[in-house]
Amino acid sequence: MKIAVCVKQVPEGSRRIDPETKRLDRSGEGALNPFDSHAVEEALRLKESTGEGEVVLVSMGPAKAQDALRKALAMGADRAVLVSDEGAAGADLVATSYALAKALERESADLILFGQQAGDSDGAVLWAAVADRLRLPVASQAAEVEHADGKLTVKRQTEFGYDVIEAPLPAVVAVSDAINEPRYPSLKGIMGAKSKPQEALSLADLGVESDRAGEAGSRTEVYALNDPPARGDSRKIEDDGNAAQAILDFLAEKRLV
Amino acid sequence: MSTLVFLEHHGNELLKGSLGVLSKAASLGEAEVAGVVAGTGVRALADEAGKFGAAKVYVAEDAQLEAPLSQPRVDVLAQLVRDKGFDTMLFANSVLAADVAAGLAARLDAGINWDLTDIVREDGKLVGKRPALQDSVYVDVGWTSEVRLALFRPGSFDPSATGGSAEVEEIQVALEDFSSGARMIDQAHEESEGPSIEDAQVIVAGGRGLGGPENFTLVEELAKALGGAVGATRAVVDAGWYPYSTQVGQTGKTVAPKLYIACGISGAIQHKVGMQSSGVIVAVNKDPNAPIFEFSDLGVVGDVHDVVPKLTELVKQRKAS
Amino acid sequence: MTRPSDFPPPFRAADYIAAPSDPEDERIEVGVLIVGAGPAGLACAIRLGQLLEEAPEIRERLGDVPVAVLEKGKQPGSHLLSGAVVNPRALRRLFRGRKRLDEMPFYGPVEHESVYFLTEKRALRIPAPPTMKNEGNVVASLSHLGRWLTDQAEGGGAMILPETSATKLLVADGRVRGVRTGDKGRGREGQELGNFEPGADVVARVTVLAEGTQGHLTGVALDRFGLGGENPQVWALGVKEVWKVARPLDRVIHTMGWPLRAAARYREFGGSFIYPMGDDMVTLGMVVGLDYRDVELSVHDLLQELKTHPLVRKLLEGGERIAWGAKTIPEGGFLSVPKRLHAPGLLICGDGAGLVNVPALKGIHYAIESGSLAAEAAFAALQRGQTPWTPGALSVYDEAVRQSFIWNDLQEVRNMRQAFGRGFWIGGALAGMMTATKGRFPRGDSRTEPDGEQELIRTDRVKSYPAPDGKLTFDKLSSVFASGNKTRDDQPNHIVLRREVPPDLALMWERMCPAQVYEATDDGVTVTPSNCVQCGAITAKGGRLTPPEGGSGPEYTLT
Repeated sequence: MKIAVCVKQVPEGSRRIDPETKRLDRSGEGALNPFDSHAVEEALRLKESTGEGEVVLVSMGPAKAQDALRKALAMGADRAVLVSDEGAAGADLVATSYALAKALERESADLILFGQQAGDSDGAVLWAAVADRLRLPVASQAAEVEHADGKLTVKRQTEFGYDVIEAPLPAVVAVSDAINEPRYPSLKGIMGAKSKPQEALSLADLGVESDRAGEAGSRTEVYALNDPPARGDSRKIEDDGNAAQAILDFLAEKRLV
Repeated sequence: MSTLVFLEHHGNELLKGSLGVLSKAASLGEAEVAGVVAGTGVRALADEAGKFGAAKVYVAEDAQLEAPLSQPRVDVLAQLVRDKGFDTMLFANSVLAADVAAGLAARLDAGINWDLTDIVREDGKLVGKRPALQDSVYVDVGWTSEVRLALFRPGSFDPSATGGSAEVEEIQVALEDFSSGARMIDQAHEESEGPSIEDAQVIVAGGRGLGGPENFTLVEELAKALGGAVGATRAVVDAGWYPYSTQVGQTGKTVAPKLYIACGISGAIQHKVGMQSSGVIVAVNKDPNAPIFEFSDLGVVGDVHDVVPKLTELVKQRKAS
Repeated sequence: MTRPSDFPPPFRAADYIAAPSDPEDERIEVGVLIVGAGPAGLACAIRLGQLLEEAPEIRERLGDVPVAVLEKGKQPGSHLLSGAVVNPRALRRLFRGRKRLDEMPFYGPVEHESVYFLTEKRALRIPAPPTMKNEGNVVASLSHLGRWLTDQAEGGGAMILPETSATKLLVADGRVRGVRTGDKGRGREGQELGNFEPGADVVARVTVLAEGTQGHLTGVALDRFGLGGENPQVWALGVKEVWKVARPLDRVIHTMGWPLRAAARYREFGGSFIYPMGDDMVTLGMVVGLDYRDVELSVHDLLQELKTHPLVRKLLEGGERIAWGAKTIPEGGFLSVPKRLHAPGLLICGDGAGLVNVPALKGIHYAIESGSLAAEAAFAALQRGQTPWTPGALSVYDEAVRQSFIWNDLQEVRNMRQAFGRGFWIGGALAGMMTATKGRFPRGDSRTEPDGEQELIRTDRVKSYPAPDGKLTFDKLSSVFASGNKTRDDQPNHIVLRREVPPDLALMWERMCPAQVYEATDDGVTVTPSNCVQCGAITAKGGRLTPPEGGSGPEYTLT
């Protein structure tokens, strides 16, 4: 079974938004998006359970996103593909999903995995858009994934409890962080990662037209940054025996009870 | 501006989040707002939608829509948007709605902004407001496509019944071949236990100020009375009073419930970053200088052993009446 | 009166020495293994890269990984902290003219400097002692420099392995074979969690310990091979912050006096530094010898107090704190340097060997020079017909260090720190004499007492610490946060410590630790190991720091 895992690098350390571009300042050191490490782990487990197959990492980002890929390769992924092109900068969900879908088409994987949420809240919900472009079934918030006879059984966590969904392969699945505990790469794994194949592709290599990439291909824009609205008056009282009632009244006022 | 709101339901009721977004759309006063419901036996929901501001409700009634799966809904909405020329589609975030909205964005090549807490018209443009970087900054976002999709953070708007009625139109459903690939084998039932800490709308958390592990029952009772989950600080988890799975904070879980009640918690930054985005924060601590009072909405300087059980009683009484 | 040394931790160096235990085909083999991606370790890696480039046959023989550097921090630089004003001579030598000073990541040359004697309200300018003159030196962030040196080392072919701690020294047949790396994925009680990953035996022809201050395996090795110096080692604790400032600082500043107390019985030796980092940042820190006696002394709080002084407050006005950190500095000087810096298969460099010029506050260029010399010694021992483990094979390293400027400098100032054990005024006078005579007078070598042997006293010092206001002054927990520390909580306690100790000692630890790891309780002390920024102070005062799970601890970037 060939499994493609979509991963991204996110800035480490204190996050800030660049006041010039109004986008996340990605110039700091980068790390593998922690939510993606659950997806990588699940891919490795699925491969290990079938005894054969390949785990390919697919990512989009600047050249130094290679570092995040190396960590996932150290965990045990077999190879990595990085779509790195200046023309992709400033891409929103529409543009990113388009390019990513092209890269995934090239791989023709049986299963495509995503992590549920990007720590920098920038790439959330990508999987559903990618699945639509690839015309594949999608299941998200997967807390458990099982594979048998070319079919996937996914336990999905919703607000109401757990659904069980079945989908034929090939399919797209987004895994939640409850699904597994990602492994630590072994020292051998870390040292071996450097010699695993890492391919760098440009948008042209994928056949992505320049007007569908980056800012040009995006359909949203950022206008301004503002301070958050004030939290509102903060009240502080001393308990004279009636504090509990005061709290209840407060909750009632806010329609929380 | 012609607006369509995705109305999600569970059982026989429209979800509060959807009704909130519908109310908001109606209050923008731009034009008549339409809603869409999809499923089986959903026609009855149209009336409810009318009360909350929908002038028209499209009903997609089909066996293939029975299960709450996203892809058939993308087909329905795409067709509806194209046929009726909607330029704005609003969603209240949920596991289902997020997948529907994103799939639709790809299908229609339409801009999508998510995690919005508000939407306004400014200088002739539609502007969405969204928090970023753990709510430390707010970003104004917009759309450059003709069709604009917006996904709102849960609880952004309260439903407000204006009492109206909606015209109902049934629409035909035609699905893409791949949309029925995923099948629901077993649909979720209401959980009998309390919510998990990640999903809870209310969290009551305990810290060192409780004095000892035996006092966690105070926290548990209040959580139960409010229908919420129990949280703990790093200090008490370290001391073995409560399990690590309930730890809220920098090295534990990050939560953003509508209500967070902190009992005997000092509010060190390691804890704060795990819960600062909560809707309303109430803190009880006997130390008047505890840092938590700097970011709580209501702070009570008092003994948790007195205040919390009394509050639990009052909550139970109120719920009973 | 209580002495920390009367309550030694249940630590046995022998527990951290073992023969390789992994099956031979599972051991990881490298050519030269360097422990620590600090200036010493990286200089060693860089120099080896240069030497191996000219000697492909030797490189070939060293296998797939000729040079490996283990780093316990999240990435190189994460655990590096210093002032720092750096003497660039060792860096120039290291790069042999292939890199200019302006290509290295410094914040500019030292243009002006001032030394002040502070009282609570005033700042009296005093002439800079000759040992402190910084002409020709440059201001740096050691963490940033570490990242740059890492790039250079990797460019030269070294493999850097972050998030990897070295917990045991592998010794067999009387020689050092390499190190065993730490396990990952153990729970608080030591149990194996779901994603448990055992450490590995990493074996090498030569092992270079460049662990920095209070190096774990360095301590173990000095014990195992009987390498201790004439005097026991002593340390100072430095706590520093980096601030974004509204107005540039135009000079390097050092202060003495307030808030430290001059009387001999307190044994409060140290001072502060305030350095400009470019036009918009300033770093400032408080450094105090750990032989202090007052239970209530807290270096972190002294730093907060320092900031309330009119001179300092003015510099920081309109600014914002952007980083915080803490680390110890070996202060024993020349007489505490191990009597031998090598053993069969082993070389010791940098702060771990105590190569610090205390009066000049310089150690980075000695670390770099020692790392470079270690590389040359290792290379010589790897020539055809040599083995690095023949006793004496690596003695060329010791010889080289003795011939170098390191030895000369340290010898000159060898008694200075000890003089200050007699109080500020006498110490100052003695220091003046030593400088004037280049160390020839007073004659002889002064003894040092280990920090833990100082008897504790208790004053009401704590009353003058400012209450944290969150803008100028800060509490310890928010400072730990500012260090980038996000250590996983559910792991074994890495600090070896006796728990039932007298209240004085417990309280001393509580105040001493800048990261609020220790808390005095009714019957002893509790420990919150995940706060630990691995400064090493505890090892000087009755406990023992060992490395936690790789990747734990602070994530310094600007320190």
